[in-house]
Amino acid sequence: MTSPVVPAVPVVETVNLVKIYQDGGVPVPAVRGVDLRVGPGEFVAVMGPSGSGKSTLVHMIGGLEARTSGEIWLDGQRADTLGESAWALLRRRRIGFVFQFFNLVANMTVADNVELPALLAGASTREARRRREYLLGELGLTARADAAPSQLAGGEQQRVALARALANEPSLLLADEPTGNLDSRNTRDVLRLLGEVHRDGQAVILVTHDARVASLADRVVSLLDGQIVDDGGAGLVRRRPRGSAGDVVELRG
Amino acid sequence: MRLTLLALLAKEPAHGYELKQALEQIFGSAYPSPNIGQIYVTLGRLEKDGLVRAVDVEQSNRPNKKVYYLTAAGREILDTWVDEPSEGPRVRDEFFMKLVLAPMTGIADRMAMINRQRRHYLGLMRDLNELAERTDPDNRVALLLVEGAMLHLQADLDWLERCQEDLS
Repeated sequence: MTSPVVPAVPVVETVNLVKIYQDGGVPVPAVRGVDLRVGPGEFVAVMGPSGSGKSTLVHMIGGLEARTSGEIWLDGQRADTLGESAWALLRRRRIGFVFQFFNLVANMTVADNVELPALLAGASTREARRRREYLLGELGLTARADAAPSQLAGGEQQRVALARALANEPSLLLADEPTGNLDSRNTRDVLRLLGEVHRDGQAVILVTHDARVASLADRVVSLLDGQIVDDGGAGLVRRRPRGSAGDVVELRG
Repeated sequence: MRLTLLALLAKEPAHGYELKQALEQIFGSAYPSPNIGQIYVTLGRLEKDGLVRAVDVEQSNRPNKKVYYLTAAGREILDTWVDEPSEGPRVRDEFFMKLVLAPMTGIADRMAMINRQRRHYLGLMRDLNELAERTDPDNRVALLLVEGAMLHLQADLDWLERCQEDLS
């Protein structure tokens, strides 16, 4: 088994990370001792049945949910012990988020939605605008810059959400089922951009049920009952002897 | 292969090599292209069964080529094939047999087997992604075939997840 070369300072490291929800006084463990290291520029997919703790894990990494115990390190800095405002600051500078439901600000234009995170993080208006123009261009959304989110189709909204998440050039992009609501053409566009982000050296942790999406990752982490049960390359460990690619279709047909 | 060739010949008479080219053109790289020997063997059998007939066509500077055309009996077989619903996919999965039987004998660990299989499926999915990228975007037939294979694989992975939840 080839283990990925993890540089000295991972973008993310969790140590024995635990999340236990309380349901009417009954403890419900969602994440049960996860150790995960993700290096700069790595693309990691997280898979597992519903209820296995995938979303809870990435929400904790992004500081959207408090951990019950364990440690979270971002770029070598202990993050879980930070106060609310310090956490928020760190998040704005280093982390981008994409969700299944796009969470765009309804009464702002597409352009303003994309610029907002950069402005919040302290970028100059000029810099925020430059970045916004670049991202909307890359995503084929330039013509939609002045539209309201509600005027866009689902695939376009998701691309806007992705542009927004990338506005700060975060070292880490967290995505929770980003293609969950998209048809196959829009899925392809989102995947293409994720691939580019990845090539630019940003790390991606992506929760997905879509095997097409997961198969593009460098690593697939499988969760079951809040624990990692597998962590490795997608079929890359032992490359199959290749006939014509058409054999794959026949095999599955 | 028999019925595929009958269907092509229902469109127009053709010789063996033309049939091979037609298959390649229609399905693109999404389907393994048949070797020419296999096509000639199949045509020979169809002829023996009276479903196609061959005529020799003279060529200058070359040996005669055999051009095949569909007979009435061939047409009937083809009509029956087209009119019948095709079998659905069946769950007679080799991996599932291994998964259930091997741990009983103590020679394998279920979790490890499932993890290995998942990686293998994801590797196949990656191949399909690459195949889709390489396929001519105008070849709708080839792309649909690839998409069908992807959907089957997704179902296999979903089922694997169910197995992992329930058996381990």
